[in-house]
Amino acid sequence: MSTYIPHTTAELQEMLNVIGVKTIDELFAEIPQKLRLNKDLNIPSGMSELEMTRKLTSLSEMNKTVDKNVCFLGGGAYDHIIPAAIDHLLLRGDFFTAYTPYQPEVSQGTLQCIYEYQSLICSLTGMDQTNASLYEGATANVEAIKMAQAQTGRKKVILFDTINPAYRRVIKTINGAQETEIVTLGFEDGVSDLTKLSQAIDDKTAAVLVQYPNFFGCIEDIENIAKIAHEAGALCIVCANPISLALLEAPGNLGADIVTGEGQPLGVPLSFGGPYIGFLAAKKALLRKMPGRIVGKTLDLDGKQGFVLTLQAREQHIRREKAGSNICSNQALVALNTTIYMALMGAEGLKEVALHSFQKAHYMKSELAKLENVTIPFTCSFFHELVIKVPNADSVLKKMEEKGIFAGIALEKYYPNLKDCILIAITEKRTKSEIDDYCKYLGEAIK
Amino acid sequence: MTEPLLFELDTKGRRGYALPKLDVPTVDPADHIPTKFLRKQLDMPSLSELETVRHFTRLSRMNHSVDIGFYPLGSCTMKYNPKVNENIARLPGFANIHPYQNADSVQGALKLLKTTEQYLAELTGMDAITLQPAAGAQGEMTGLLIIKAYHNKKGNNKKKILIPDSGHGTNPASCTMVGYEVVNIKSDDRGCIDIADLKANIAPDVAGLMITNPNTLGLFDENIGELATLVHSVDGLLYYDGANFNAIMGWTRPGDMGFDVVHLNLHKTFSTPHGGGGPGSGPVGVKAHLKEFLPTPRIVEKNNTYSFEDQNNDTIGAVLGSFGNFSVIVKALAYIMYSGKEGLKDASAYAVLNANYMMKKLKDTYYVPYDRFCKHEFVISGKTLAKQGVKTLDVAKRLLDFGYHSPTIYFPLIVEEAMMFEPTETESKDTLDSFIEVMEKIAKEAVENPDLLKNAPISTPVRRLDEATAARKPDINFYQKP
Repeated sequence: MSTYIPHTTAELQEMLNVIGVKTIDELFAEIPQKLRLNKDLNIPSGMSELEMTRKLTSLSEMNKTVDKNVCFLGGGAYDHIIPAAIDHLLLRGDFFTAYTPYQPEVSQGTLQCIYEYQSLICSLTGMDQTNASLYEGATANVEAIKMAQAQTGRKKVILFDTINPAYRRVIKTINGAQETEIVTLGFEDGVSDLTKLSQAIDDKTAAVLVQYPNFFGCIEDIENIAKIAHEAGALCIVCANPISLALLEAPGNLGADIVTGEGQPLGVPLSFGGPYIGFLAAKKALLRKMPGRIVGKTLDLDGKQGFVLTLQAREQHIRREKAGSNICSNQALVALNTTIYMALMGAEGLKEVALHSFQKAHYMKSELAKLENVTIPFTCSFFHELVIKVPNADSVLKKMEEKGIFAGIALEKYYPNLKDCILIAITEKRTKSEIDDYCKYLGEAIK
Repeated sequence: MTEPLLFELDTKGRRGYALPKLDVPTVDPADHIPTKFLRKQLDMPSLSELETVRHFTRLSRMNHSVDIGFYPLGSCTMKYNPKVNENIARLPGFANIHPYQNADSVQGALKLLKTTEQYLAELTGMDAITLQPAAGAQGEMTGLLIIKAYHNKKGNNKKKILIPDSGHGTNPASCTMVGYEVVNIKSDDRGCIDIADLKANIAPDVAGLMITNPNTLGLFDENIGELATLVHSVDGLLYYDGANFNAIMGWTRPGDMGFDVVHLNLHKTFSTPHGGGGPGSGPVGVKAHLKEFLPTPRIVEKNNTYSFEDQNNDTIGAVLGSFGNFSVIVKALAYIMYSGKEGLKDASAYAVLNANYMMKKLKDTYYVPYDRFCKHEFVISGKTLAKQGVKTLDVAKRLLDFGYHSPTIYFPLIVEEAMMFEPTETESKDTLDSFIEVMEKIAKEAVENPDLLKNAPISTPVRRLDEATAARKPDINFYQKP
């Protein structure tokens, strides 16, 4: 028997006696015989902790990691520096073995952390309010679109194909299933084409969704996009990279009604894509349309400060089929992860992370521009990601990987027009020598 | 006990972390980014590393958790979260891989995902699994999208999903997400689906029946075979909400009961921590006839080499930007491997044993509305305490004073003053006995000194909180006071 089950034989017997049965099997008597699994599961027998650890460690060693290689991959997940203190705090059992704060009197730790998370996200995005977090970046946009539809009573959504293709796919799957008319517009020189937006927008449009910086790393003119949206009575949803917001103006100050995004850059491990965290912040008028859990500050019977889940009348456990979203909980532990990250970094640290990433990316661009056969297709302003074009991108990426460099994401799969284009992300973690090596090996690979 | 807010610990000039020195030539951002897009102001507190560590450590001490004490929250399966699994998920080869790496460079991760899919398929009796959904509710939505895609492909524009009135709140909400109308089905006096009511609602426009078995009363619906036949007779599909899968692992399988779609909660049955409310993971399993509709990319294995496959015209698409909550899946696989086939079956056996033991012992003091063997959880009603003006809420709050977490309360909706207990298999008889003693003591207090309950809790970091004001004047952002 697995040691996670503590019962001794004597205890088992006593318990069976109390219940009044002879064997545990009798407690399963209601399951009709023909539906029973009358055979062993086809799963190996249990093993010791050491054996299991060895097996899984050897599996883990089959993966090439971003520590032993140099990672220039981005596209929504970034290899930033993660302060050591974070994981020690996340490993406190009081945090990770608790559940959703249903009983606030014994959940003040989790609740206060979420309140702090909410406040920091509002500050970063320049918005009035946010929720306790959502699954990840793609689904945060799905929820934002639903909010805009509920607010405007309209169904159509306009988005640009400069939005992360993975996000667009999820939007198509989920919002598409709710009879959303999704209009996708093209780009010009790496950024959204505003003329096309003006033509496509109408009085049926609930929202315009734009990414900032966009999938190519380019900085979109969200101020004018918001203006065009507002003139048509639509909302402007800005999907932002949270790290970039320490350098770039808050979308809330540029006209955004809802700001969403992927929170992974805020100190969350890459972990092959998850768990990550979606954030969604909005202007005050949208409060009652907000999906998910929200934590509010209040007082207890003695007048002491405390925190509770609030505005629950919006949620599925109360409203069932009439709820605006089916989300049950949040990504509490990942929200805590990002909160500790922001606390350790502070405003100055966060600005430095953004600025160093920006500087290193711009240095890299200037070095790449010196290489023959490398072109930089877009001239727009960018943050820490850029697109380059090289001959035979796939074979170049392969050769770079042999040198221990994850050189970027080949874009042709997502943008057939961008054949041989590679998306490169540069964070503060990259060093000058890593960037120089990249350029050196790239030069060799395209010779 | 209160802890100042992070913002109240702010001392300008303090730093909690230092970056490496910037080692590249610099440019002026204003030369590269239009001024209107450059940030003017950023409000965030500044703390030292030690101040930050202390703040969050102190906050952590204001939580109840499985590591501190018994957590019998029904339908949540608050079992022990093995420590070793945290180590495994943090192995560099799992934590430090990027989702856009080439398949060649992540063979271990893909093999891990494929193996987990195979084990979950075996446990549920389904033919194929997707690990993409991020949580149970997302698994439900994914399963319903698959059901919809199946009917749409056949050209059947079905409109309704049937759900018993004991169902989880996420069930009807998920139906709305995919555009289905919900029809509630009554429960009978045994706590199971009322067959007559089901028959009355079976019609050609029924897309499916969504149930939890055992249901939220902890009762196994022995008519499941008949239910399946009824639903299948109109080409409806049967959906299994796996929230209660911890009751039946290795004993019976949804696939063998006639279910077409299943979701599991790795954070319940497979021991991955709840994290204070997430992250979870909600894999979905389907029978062969629904395989083509699963989200993509799919992981395929050929000659022991793993790759992604996303060419599939019938797929519902994608429900998450990545392959799923990978590190949660890693922990679940570690649990499955450690437990093995016997350990998994035992987990359900002892979960059911513990629940029946507790129910039997509590029956002398509390009203048990459905007096039959339960599975891994059971429901009692606090309505007998009404004479003293005591509610279920008061019992729940009083339990906190004794160092226990409360059961799930006021759910399922069909039981008046409901309290739903799920002890899980990882709790010892001693723990259960101590808890039962406290429950008996509280029942006595309710008669002798009901104010003790009505004023509870008194020993927690805060007492009962003013939720009404919190909702009326929401203070949800430090930087913007109501």
